[in-house]
Amino acid sequence: MTTNALTAKNLTVSFGGLKALDGLNLNVELGQFLGLIGPNGSGKTTFFNVLTGIYKPTNGTVTLGETDITGATPNQIYEFGITRTFQRLRLAPTLSVLDNLILGNQRNLHLGFIGNIFNRKRLRREIASQTEQSRELLGRFSSGLVSKLYEPITALSMIDRRRVEVCRALISDPKILLLDEPSAGMTHDETSALMNELLAWRDQHKELSIILIEHEMDLIDRICDRCVVLNYGQKIAEGTYQEVANDRMVREAYLGED
Amino acid sequence: MVPSIFRERWPVVLLGLAAYVSTFLFLHLEQEWEIALLLGIVPLVLYFAKKFGISAKCRQAVDAAPVFTRAVFLLSALALIVTLRHEHFALLLLATVLLYATISMGLTIQFGYAGLVNFAAIAFFGIGAYSMAVLNQSPNGLPDLMIIVIGGVVAALIGSLLILPVLRTKGHYAALITIAFGLLFRSFLEVNDILGGPQGLKVSGLNILGWDFAQSFPAILGGGSFYVSYTLLALVLLIGVFSMTRLIESSWLGLNMDSVRLDETASASFGINVARWKIMAFTVGNFFAGMSGALYASMSGFVAPASFNLSDSLLLVSIVLLGGMGNAVSVIPAAFLVVVLPEKFQVIQEYRLLLFAVIVILILRFKPSGLMPRPLRRLINTSSK
Repeated sequence: MTTNALTAKNLTVSFGGLKALDGLNLNVELGQFLGLIGPNGSGKTTFFNVLTGIYKPTNGTVTLGETDITGATPNQIYEFGITRTFQRLRLAPTLSVLDNLILGNQRNLHLGFIGNIFNRKRLRREIASQTEQSRELLGRFSSGLVSKLYEPITALSMIDRRRVEVCRALISDPKILLLDEPSAGMTHDETSALMNELLAWRDQHKELSIILIEHEMDLIDRICDRCVVLNYGQKIAEGTYQEVANDRMVREAYLGED
Repeated sequence: MVPSIFRERWPVVLLGLAAYVSTFLFLHLEQEWEIALLLGIVPLVLYFAKKFGISAKCRQAVDAAPVFTRAVFLLSALALIVTLRHEHFALLLLATVLLYATISMGLTIQFGYAGLVNFAAIAFFGIGAYSMAVLNQSPNGLPDLMIIVIGGVVAALIGSLLILPVLRTKGHYAALITIAFGLLFRSFLEVNDILGGPQGLKVSGLNILGWDFAQSFPAILGGGSFYVSYTLLALVLLIGVFSMTRLIESSWLGLNMDSVRLDETASASFGINVARWKIMAFTVGNFFAGMSGALYASMSGFVAPASFNLSDSLLLVSIVLLGGMGNAVSVIPAAFLVVVLPEKFQVIQEYRLLLFAVIVILILRFKPSGLMPRPLRRLINTSSK
C-alpha cells in the first residue's frame, strides 16, 4: 500500500475562455520521481503555478498528504513544504550563493525588526548556523560549489546556477520538489550530471517526492518512476516511460500521427 | 606597535584628510572660478589615485578596519564643523547636506533595498517639519528631542496609509501614486488655514536640556555661529540613521528586502511576505525623512508649503541614483554635490533641475550602478574567504 504525497482532483484553470488545465486528476506517491511531459502549452507549468499558489484554480482540489491546500497563497504553500525551481532561473543574480540559499530557508529565520537590529548576538549565531547548513548542503549535493559560497550568482556557470536553484529549493527540507525543465539552457552532459546528483540526493531522502517537467525523453526514461502526459490541459496517458512512449494518443500529440 | 598599525592604516587617514580638505574648500571658497578649479582638480586626483593603486590600497585598508574608518570620518566631520564655526552660510549648507543625506538613507532602504520608488520623499520631510512647527508652538511641555522622533513617527504613520494603494500597483503606477501624494500634500498645506496656508508657520528654535540652539554656540566650547549646534545635531541624526541602515542591510531584514526587489514571484514562492517587507522598508524610510524634516523646521525657523516641491523629491532621487543604488555610504558625497554645487554656482541655480536631469540620464546610460556601485552584500561575521 503506497501513500499519496500529493493529489490533484479535477483541477481546472481557465484564463478567459482558454482552459489551461481541464479537469486534471494526478497523484504523486510518497518518494516517487514523477515525470510530467507534454507538448508546449499543454499546461505543465500552469500545473506548477497552481500547486505553488501563483494561480488560483477555477475548479478542483489539491491535497498534500491529508491536508487540503487548494487556493493557498505561495507563502502558505512554502510553509506546507512544496518548493520549486523555475524554467527561467529565478535566483537573485546580484546576491551571493550563500544569500540565495538562505533565502530558501525562510521558515528557519528569526525575522523580527527589533531582534535583527538590537539582538546582534542572536543574529550572529543564526548567520553562523545558516552558513554552516548551506555549506553542508552544498557539500552533500555538489561539493564543487562549496568554494563558491561567497561568489555572486552572476559569476557562476549555467549548471552551477541550476544547482544553486535546486539547493535553494532543498534547504528547507520540503516534502514535494517541483523541477520546471531544469535542462533548459544546458548541454546534455550537464543535465545528466545534475540529474545524477538529484538521484543521489533522492536515495538519501526517501520521503521526498519529485515532479519533473522535462523535454529530454531519455532523461525521463532513465530517472522517472512514472510518467504523466498532458495535452491541452488534460491527462492523456500515464504509466512507466515504456508504456507511455508506446501509447497511441501520446504519439498523436507529439508526432501528429493519425 | 604604533608604526606597524600606521603602515596598514595610513590610507584611511589619508582618505579622511582628503575628505576634510575637499569638503572644507568646497564650503569655504566663494569665487566661482575657485570652485571650478576645485571641480577640475578632484577628478584628476581621483584618477591618479586609481592609476597608482592608491584607491585599491584605501579600499583594502577601509575593509580591514571598519571601526577605525568610522572614527576617522567622524573626526574629519567634527574638524570641518570646528574650522567653519564662524561661517553661517557654510554651516547652513553643511547642515542641509546632512539632513538631505538622512532622507537619502531612507530612500536607500526604500528604493535601493526593497525596490520601492518614492517620489514623495520631500512630502514626508514636510510632514516631519510641520509636526515640529505645530508641537513646538503649543505649550505641551514635550521635550524638543522627542518632537523630532514624533515627527518621524507621524511621517511613518501617514506613509503606512499611502503604502496601501502603492502595494496594489507596480512599477510606473506606484511611482505615479507617490508623485500624486507629493502634489496633494503641498496643495493641502496651501489651503489649510490651521497650518498657516501659503505663509506657513513660524518655528521657535530648539532647546535641549537648557541648551538654547538659537544662541551662538557656547563660548566655553569654543564659540561660533548658532548653526554649529544644529549642524552637530544633524550629524548625530545622520550617524544614527546611517548605523540603522547598515544594521538593516547586514541582517535578515536587508536580505529579504533585496530578494523582494530582485524577484517578487520567486520571493513569494520561498515564503517571503512581499507586502510585509515593502511596508517595513517604506515605514522606516519615511521615519528617517520625518525626523530630518523636524530638525530642518527648527533650524530654518519657519515652514511653508513652498519648501516642499516635487522638484526637491526629484533631487533626492537623483542623489540616490548619483551615489549608487543601495550604497548607504555613497549617498553622503552625492548629497554634498547636489546640495552644495548649485549654491556655489549661481549660474547653475536657475538650471539646476535641468542639469541634474542631464546628469541622471548620463549616469543611467553609462554607469547605471552609480558613481560608487554597491558592493556584494555581506551578512555580518561572514567575512569572505
